[in-house]
Formats: sequence, C-alpha cells, structure tokens
Amino acid sequence: MEASAPRFGVAPLARTLLPAFSLALVLAAIATLNPFAISYMGFNLMLNLAIPIILATMAQLFVITGNDLDLSIGSFIGFVCCVAATWLTTDPLLGAGILLGSIIVYALLGALIHWRNLPSIVVTLGMSFVWQGLAVLVLPDPGGAAPEWLMTLMGFQPYFIPFPILAAIVVAAVTHFLLMGTSYGAILRASGGNAAAVARAGWSLLRIKMALFALAGLFGALSGLALIGITTSGDANIGSGYTLLAIAGVILGGGEFVGGRVSPIGAVMGALTLSLASSSLLTFMQVPPDWQVAANGAILIIVLAARALINRRKA
Amino acid sequence: MTRVADMFSERPWALSFFGAVLVWLASIAFTGGMGGGDMLTSAMALATFMVIVGVGQMFVITLGPGNVDLSLPANIGLSSAVAMKVMNNDDSLVAVGLLAAAGSGFAIGIANYLLIRALRIPPIIATLSASFIIQSIAISYGRGLQIKPPDGFADFANAQLLGLPVLALGTILFTIAAAILLQRTLFGRGVLATGQNMNAAHLAGVPVERIRTITYAMCGLLGGLNGALLAAYFRGASNDLGSEYLLASIAVAVIGGTSVAGGKANLPGIWGASLFLVLLLTMLNTFGASPGVRMVLSGAIIVGVITIAGGRPSGR
Amino acid sequence: MASSLAPSVASLNGVEKYFGAVRALAGVDLGVARGECVGLVGHNGAGKSTLMNVLAGVLAPSEGRVMVAGQAQATWSTRLARALGIRCVFQELSLCPNLTVAENTRVFHTALRGFGWRRRAANLVQEKLDEIFPGHGINPSTLVQDLSIGRRQMAEVARAFTVTDEPLALVILDEPTSSLDARTAGQLLSYMRRRVAEGMSFILISHMLGEILGNSDRIVVMRDGRTVADDMAAHFNRDRLVAEMGGDNHAAHDASPFGVVRAARPVCVRARPRGQNGDSELVAHKGEIIGLAGLSGHGQTELLRAIFDAAPKGGGSITLDGPVSLVAGDRQSDGIFPSWSIARNITVGSLKALKQGALISPAREKEMAQRWQQRIRIKTPDMDNPILSLSGGNQQKALFARALASDAQIILMDDPMRGVDISTKLEVYDIIRQEAAKGRTFLWYTTETEELLYCDHTYVFRNGMIVAQLARGELTEEKVIQSSFHEAG
Repeated sequence: MEASAPRFGVAPLARTLLPAFSLALVLAAIATLNPFAISYMGFNLMLNLAIPIILATMAQLFVITGNDLDLSIGSFIGFVCCVAATWLTTDPLLGAGILLGSIIVYALLGALIHWRNLPSIVVTLGMSFVWQGLAVLVLPDPGGAAPEWLMTLMGFQPYFIPFPILAAIVVAAVTHFLLMGTSYGAILRASGGNAAAVARAGWSLLRIKMALFALAGLFGALSGLALIGITTSGDANIGSGYTLLAIAGVILGGGEFVGGRVSPIGAVMGALTLSLASSSLLTFMQVPPDWQVAANGAILIIVLAARALINRRKA
Repeated sequence: MTRVADMFSERPWALSFFGAVLVWLASIAFTGGMGGGDMLTSAMALATFMVIVGVGQMFVITLGPGNVDLSLPANIGLSSAVAMKVMNNDDSLVAVGLLAAAGSGFAIGIANYLLIRALRIPPIIATLSASFIIQSIAISYGRGLQIKPPDGFADFANAQLLGLPVLALGTILFTIAAAILLQRTLFGRGVLATGQNMNAAHLAGVPVERIRTITYAMCGLLGGLNGALLAAYFRGASNDLGSEYLLASIAVAVIGGTSVAGGKANLPGIWGASLFLVLLLTMLNTFGASPGVRMVLSGAIIVGVITIAGGRPSGR
Repeated sequence: MASSLAPSVASLNGVEKYFGAVRALAGVDLGVARGECVGLVGHNGAGKSTLMNVLAGVLAPSEGRVMVAGQAQATWSTRLARALGIRCVFQELSLCPNLTVAENTRVFHTALRGFGWRRRAANLVQEKLDEIFPGHGINPSTLVQDLSIGRRQMAEVARAFTVTDEPLALVILDEPTSSLDARTAGQLLSYMRRRVAEGMSFILISHMLGEILGNSDRIVVMRDGRTVADDMAAHFNRDRLVAEMGGDNHAAHDASPFGVVRAARPVCVRARPRGQNGDSELVAHKGEIIGLAGLSGHGQTELLRAIFDAAPKGGGSITLDGPVSLVAGDRQSDGIFPSWSIARNITVGSLKALKQGALISPAREKEMAQRWQQRIRIKTPDMDNPILSLSGGNQQKALFARALASDAQIILMDDPMRGVDISTKLEVYDIIRQEAAKGRTFLWYTTETEELLYCDHTYVFRNGMIVAQLARGELTEEKVIQSSFHEAG
C-alpha cells in the first residue's frame, strides 16, 4: 500500500549477515594460505589474544549503545592489568576492592556525562591519561605476576572446541541476553534511539547511563584480567591498542555510532575478524614487519569496503 | 560562583585563558617569581604547534558528529620525514621542503576523505585505518634517512622577536585568518551549516561534499606543515614526532569551545586551551611531579575543565 | 462551566508557565469530563502543547493546580500522570527507531518485564493495532526504522492505548493524524468516538478544523497562552473557530484565480518520475503554481528531491533551467540550523549574492534579513535571536524567506504547511501568489486538499507515478481522492 513497504524484511537480514560474512572471508583466506591453521591447535594459537579483544569490544559496545564513545578503555585495561599483576596476587581482597572501585568510577563517569551533558569523547580522553597515570604509579616498570588462578583459567583446554572460540560463544550469548533478551536491555538500547521518549515514559536516563558505563567498566575489567592471564606479567602500556580495536570491532559487527544500533553477536564476530586479520593472516601472507601495521589498516578498509558494497547492492 | 560559570558558558574560550593564567601564576609562585617570562616564551612556542593542528581538527570536528581526524600523528611523522628529505640539509631548499610537507599532508587529507566518501566508512575508522597505512609508509620511507633540518630553518623555527617566538606570531596571524575563513566566507558558513544539519545544508544549496573534501584536505595540510615545523624546532624528524598531537588537537579544540556535536567552532579558545595545556605540563614539571602523577593530574584537570566549561545541565 | 455536571477526570486551575521571562501560559482553566472529547485549537505558539505537557506531567506548572479525579496533586510527574490514567501521544514521533514495535511497547510499560515480556508486548500492541487500524499490515517484530512514517504514527497511537497495570482514563492526542492518510485517519477518529461512548476521555489537538468540528463534544480555543473560548462543539463552525483563534478572515476560501493562461508562458520544468509508466510527465510553465497531490509517501517528495539534485542544468528525465530552491516540510530534519540566528538561517541560501569581494558582508546580510522580516512578517524583536526562539509557524516562515530571498526562479515546496496555523498559512499563500505573479514557478506538494485550490494545475501521484492531472477548473476533492486510491474508473 505504501511506497516504502517493499523494503520490509531485506534490511534486517543484511544487517545480521554482514559481520558473519566478513569473518568467513578472513577464515577462507587463512584456510587457503595455510590449511593446517584450521585446527584445534591452530585456532588456539591464532586466537591467543582474542578473548581480551572480544571483552574490550563488548565494553565499547555498551558505551556506543548510549551514543557515547570510550577512548579510555585501552588504558583502563592497562590499569586493570597492573592492579592484577600486583595487588590481586599479593593481597587479593585489596585488589578485588580496587577493581570494584574502578567499575564504580566508570558508573560515576556515566553519571557525570549525563548530568553535565558532556561530550564523552573528551571526558574519556581525559580519563585515558588518568588510568594510564595510575597504571604507571602502580607498576612503574613492566613486571609483576598474574594470580595463579587466572593463568590456569586462561590456559584451559576444553575438548573439541578451542577455548577462545568457546569463550567467544559464551560472551556473545551473555551480552546478547543482557542487551537484546532482557526487558531492561530494551530500555538501554532505547536510550540510544530516542532518549527524550524514554525519559517521557518515566525512565531515569541517569540510571540508564550509569548502567551502560558500569557494564563497560565490568567488561573492561574482565578484558584486563583475561589479558594478564595470558601475558602473565603486567605493563602500563599493554592495553594501548585496545581502544581503537574495540571501536573497530563494534563497527565491523554492524554497530553504528549513533542511534543505539548495536549487535552483540555481530560485535563478537567483528572482534574475532580483527584478531585473526591483525596477526595470523599477515604472518601467513609473509608481510614484512615494516608493512604489518599498514596491512592491518588495509584489511580494515577492505572489509568495510566490502560491507559498503554489499549494503549498496542490497539497498 | 554560578555567575562566574555563566560568564564562562557565554564565552567558553575565556575560561581556557583564565586557566592558563592561573596555572602560570601557580608555577611562578612555586619558583618564587623566577623564570616566569622564559616559561611563557617556551609555552608560546610549544602551544603554536598545538594551535596549528588544533585549527585543522576544529574544522573537521565542526563538520558534525563522528567527524574527527585520527591520522594527524602519522601524518606529522611522515610529513616531517618528507620535508627533511627534500630539504636535504640545504637552506635554499626550505621552501620546496615546506611545500612537499604540505603536499604530503594534503594528499593524506584527500585520501581520508575518499575513504569516508567512496567506501562510506565512518570518519573515525577511516582516518584510523589510513593512519596505520601512513605509519608503515613512514617507517619504510624513513630508513637511513637524513633527519636533520637545515641549520637556517632550525634557527628560524627557534627565533624570537621581542621575547615572542616568531612562529607563534605567524600562527597568531594564521588564527585570525582562520577566524575570518570560518565566519565570513562561503566555505566557513558551509562547514558550520553542514555540522548542524547535513541534510538541511544540502537542501539549502550548500555544496556539502565539496566542503567536506576541503576540510579534510586542509586538516591534512596543516598536519603536514606542522610536521615540518616540529622537525625544525626540535632539530630532527622522527616517526613518533606527532604522537602527542592526536589527543592534544582534539582536547584544545573542545576545551576551546568547539562543539563535538558540530556546527559550533571557536578560534581564540584554541590558543587559550593550548597555552593552558602546555603551561599545565610545565607547572607539573616545576613541581617535580613523577610521570604517573603528571598524567593523572593532567587527565583529571581536563575532565574538570570540561565539566565546568563544556557542559550544560541536561534536561530542562 | 459546561463540564461541571459530569464528574471531571482531570482539570487545570489557573495554570501559568514561564520559560525564563517568556510567559507561555497565562492562567489557564481547563477541565475534561468523563466520556468527553475536548477539541483544542489555536495557532502555533498559542500554548496548546505546553498546556498538554503540563497535564501529562512532562513540565511542572509555574503557578496553578493540577486536579485529577477530584484531588489536587501536590507533586506532579509523568509517572504520576500515567499512574492516574493520563497519557499523551506527542506531536513529534516518540518511538525509538532502533527498536521493534513490540520493544517500543515495552519502553512504554514498566510492568512489561520478566519472562516472556517480548511476546506479551507484541500481543498487546498487535491487539490494539487490529482494533484501531484493521488491515494495518504492521508486524510487531519489525524495527520502527523500517516502517514508513504513516505506519510509525499508527504504531505510536496503538501503543498509547495498550493497558497493563495502569488505568486509562484520558488520552491526549496532539496532531495524531498529521502523518496518516485519509483512510487511517478516519479509522483512528472513529475508534476515538467508540471509546468516548464507553466513557473514556480525550483531548484532541489538530490543525484540521474539520476533524475538530466533526469529532469533539466541546471545543476550547487558545490564544496567547489563555483560553479564549470554551463551548459545545455544536455552537462552533469553521468561521467562528477561525475568528476566535484570531486569524484574519480574509480571502481564505474564495482563492481568487492566480490568473495564468497555461501554454502562453514558456515551459521551465519537465520531469518524469522514476518508474513512470507511459509518457505522463510533470510540466510547469513560468509563473505557474503546480500542485503535487496524492497520499503521503507516494513519490512526490522523491520527485521534488530529484528536481532539486538535477538543478541548475537538469539531467536524466528532468529538464529545467536555472537555480532551484526548496522549502522543507520536516523543519527539524531538513530545514532548520538550530544553533544559528534567524538571520543566518535566512541568508544561508543566498550567501554568494551577499559577498563583497571575497568576504560575506555583514551589512548586506543584516539588510537582507530585515527586508524579509518585514516582507514575510516574522514575529521577533531581533533577527539575531536564535531560530529556536521562534514558534513553529514562524520557523517555517523563515524557511520560506530563505527560499524566496535566493535567486531561484523555481521554488519546490515539500508539504511545508504541516502543523502550521491558519493565519500563517494565509499570509504565506499571499506571498506565493505575489511571487508567482512576478514570474517565479512553484512546485507544491501538499497533503491538504484545500491548498490545491491555490494551484494552477495539479498532478496526482500514486505508487511513485503520476496517475492524473487536473487543471484548475477541473479540480475537486473527489477527483483527487479517487485517483489517489484507485485506478480511475
């Protein structure tokens, strides 16, 4: 009846399938270059650092859901690593308390951003100095040691499914349930779509923003713990690359910067794509060290270009 | 207290100057009045470089939500190397070298825009991906390269006139020109209109895509020039010459009163914010703060300043 | 008071509301009885929306009392209003585009939580959609962003009638039919009458005076933040409403012919919609006012945009000559630059002409703004005030000024009078007439059939195609409606 009716049904499908398509593309490239990589041990090696990247991407996802951006998540992860490599090992109670406190700081940042209507980019930019500075104060030189239980956990080798893939599935399921499954998740996403309408329906935008940032803090902390469990010792600069990786993961996963349009499952696939593309694929392609960074950028561009192309054809 | 806050919310840039003066006074109070003038001179010189990229970043940010140039550090690194190579330690080639640096920055800006436009990638991701590629080019290009500037050029970059750095004086003139560009030309109005509402700008006849092209190209060009000047000032180029200018360029634009929501820009504020940031770091140095404490304090102060100056209470 | 016989559902006593120094409401008394529909009319800026925001608990009154179910409310909030059965369908769409229709229903109801919330929400809204808009074709699990604007409004209206744990006594409908076509608007209004018969109360705000006259029990007219008339609907007719609202009654409906003999003037626009079958095309001669009619969303806006993008040279299936300007209908998303002054919002379309050397001349800019303030009567003490300080109708006037101040000879109008009050409309019609007489050509897409009476020639659109064309003499509402809905004959 109405002119726009025929679009119905196609757009949602394209939105869900694109991240899976990117992942499949990278996997296919790896399988062609090195068939042996597609194995239990191969995935364990290739996805060595995937778990912290996925968790960092989820942290960023929650912030993006509310139309904000967290430029401090990388240095926050670094801070968590430093705390875990020192106090969490020597004085677990104090360490856990500090981590809990830092998640509360995240929630308070959300409150501040809402209360003063601040640009999150700038606030988190400032906070990135704060976390980094604190990390340097906690652990001035690289070192320390991760708690035993964390290293055991991250070294877990389940049957059949490589641990990183199992973890990816669990994280995807949990965040999907939180954001897409629960009824408060709908409210969280609604705040990104039309905040004024949410407020008029009687919800507290302050509480929503605090919840989103607290979730970001929680997943950031988990990311830091996972990272220290793998690397076993800490370094204040260890997380510096994660801020941008996390943003790229969310976007690769079909998320958008504004409008509360995010997909947790897509973002997990986006993070997997990035962790595969940024290291393993390059090694197999024998890219010289000078050009590895460039290849990272090129892969990001190619995947996004493919997405734009598919988007345009489907539209 | 609220009246003071009101005054600053009407003139957001005033606060940054106020902050700069406050920080300066605190430092000379600590040294007992020693070296206040020198401190100001070197702060002016360092602030100059922040202003140059800050202006470019300001125009980009003003284009609207999501617009930001993350490739500035890589751009500065590459362009400084290009400039030094072209100048080849020869004072007669300085102009050519500057042109080459500006040209390489300009090309980076155009490449950024093409990624954004042709591939429909959000600017944050596009300029980030571009910066990866630029970094690699710079690494590969910079191997075994002459990295020293010609002496005459280095002396010029460090020269002073009546106690003020020559570069700073030139940059003040440049800032005034940029302010006129922003408020009194079709291009500037186009940037402001696009930033407020891209759709409406197109329907009002503003050539939106041309304006975005020029803006990204201009930001790239300023990054390139800044690279050459930095290499001259520090008497040497390196790939991480620009590393601090990513956060700095965004911070000075926003602290200076440019709206990250787009459509609102402020040029005097960029000077105030740059001086404030540089003097803040100087002050923490004079106090003998450790690197960790310096970072924590400067971060906390940025957040504090934004909270006071940048925000409006939400809701009505 | 007329309503004092029936028990009052809600009433406002002596409500005043200030925004800073501006008085938006100057002591309003308004009561709604059980089983009554109150029609509320007034110009943009008369205070209707502010008043409704107070009643719905969104804004706190500066002075005065809110009484609900016979009790004065000491504290008043949206939460409390909802708990006492008062709901509002706001003028601007308040769905979240990134959520499904069912999830939007969840946002509306705190009680829709726990296991199975999604299914319950979907059932709730589906039931109401079926009840209000039979044959609506909306799936509750569709994302709102994938719905057309008309369907979004249908979903929003249906959502407002869903009930979980809160009572439903009074529904405020603020311009509920602005994006609906004639059929769905009719469905909504008849549903409203059914609910009134069951004892529910309504406040209906609309600029369509016919809707108000035909569906209200009582009509309240507002002007300058006060109620100026409050009487049984039967005591009103169109002329009295317009008079009470303060609209000057001049030449409203005997639109004197704009007086152009077709084909005596050169053709200045030829355009074929994409996907047009046959060889129909839109033709405009110099100095003509051309109407684009049909149901909303049937390709009129697309054709105007295509013409705009083809300017100034033409191209593809469009031939035209000379610069074109466009007056947007959706002010917020397509028209206004919110952080600029009124003056800058007007001059942005003509900056090239305001240059002196390389720079824009502030003096010329000021001169242009003031000339158009007088010409089109924009109500403001200072053109340097922010555009958002104007009422909606005056913002729309500024958009007209932007288009008319430019050098464009062809002016495209994309349903620009949506939600604009009558007196503003009449003023703008006059100006269009004058400009056309000077030789400018207007292409005017409108959803209000009355406005087609001002056009020299009208093209009716359906499914993205031109399906009929009517010269001034042949135009009747029946013909337009007939070709909008069905194959002719």
